[in-house]
Amino acid sequence: MADLKAQIIQQLNLKHLKPEDIGDDQPLFVEGLGLDSIDALELIVLLQQEYNIKLANAEDGPKVFQSVRTMAEYITANKPA
Amino acid sequence: MTHSANIDSGSLSGENVPGGVYITGCSIFRNGAIEKDGHVVWKEPSAQHTDDFLVSAYRQMGLSYPKFFKMDNLSKLGLLASENLLSGTDLKAKYKPDEISVVFANASSSLDADQKYFDTIKDIASPALFVYTLPNIVIGEICIKNGFKGENAFFVFDKFEAKFLHQYVQTLMQQNTNKACIFGWLELIGDSYEAALFLLEKDAADKTNPFTLENIYKLYS
Repeated sequence: MADLKAQIIQQLNLKHLKPEDIGDDQPLFVEGLGLDSIDALELIVLLQQEYNIKLANAEDGPKVFQSVRTMAEYITANKPA
Repeated sequence: MTHSANIDSGSLSGENVPGGVYITGCSIFRNGAIEKDGHVVWKEPSAQHTDDFLVSAYRQMGLSYPKFFKMDNLSKLGLLASENLLSGTDLKAKYKPDEISVVFANASSSLDADQKYFDTIKDIASPALFVYTLPNIVIGEICIKNGFKGENAFFVFDKFEAKFLHQYVQTLMQQNTNKACIFGWLELIGDSYEAALFLLEKDAADKTNPFTLENIYKLYS
């Protein structure tokens, strides 16, 4: 998950943060990291660029991007062989 | 946005604004240095690139605004120059949000961000870069940071057209709704940048610098 946190920081230009600043279960949006709708799009781009995963159903977004842990679980379950 | 000046300067003298309009602050960023009201307050001549200079300036100014790091360089430059301009001044304590306007101009529009966005569309287009592919986004960033809700405009000229901007802003300040204005030049492309922002106020306590072309040139030459 440390790699994923580093990728999120890089993709979203969160240069004020280090990977260890982001909790595994910390909410990514609103009260957590404070990400916004543009960041959500960037996270979709990250999945595509780094893991070749396309978010098939946009309605899954809130669940997938709830935290770093939920993102990691989604990647593990959907990463192409 | 391009604009052709078509204003009768004869009807636009400062005398048409009751109480007058005064330049109460000036912030200049150029050649690795930050100036406020004619004095160099910080210099970072070793910063080779605009990115490095802007981040160094952010840290030097002691700002804590994480969104800064997500901005394009034009917005970073505008935000820093406006923060330097407004340091020590609480505009929102003096004026209502819709009484504070922002008017900028530059030569390169948002081309710096446009080129970076263009580079990403060869692979996967970046939404975060796309949102900065308009020059007036920097005004939005400054207004969001400070809660300003007044008029705003962004003009694109080959060079700093002080005469046009002076006339335009004078007209703006004649409206009763405008009591303060941040205006100036905000140019950035690659590693070339220069910002010169002025704070204007009606009925200012400090009447040292009336809002005239001569004083604009005196403060920014």
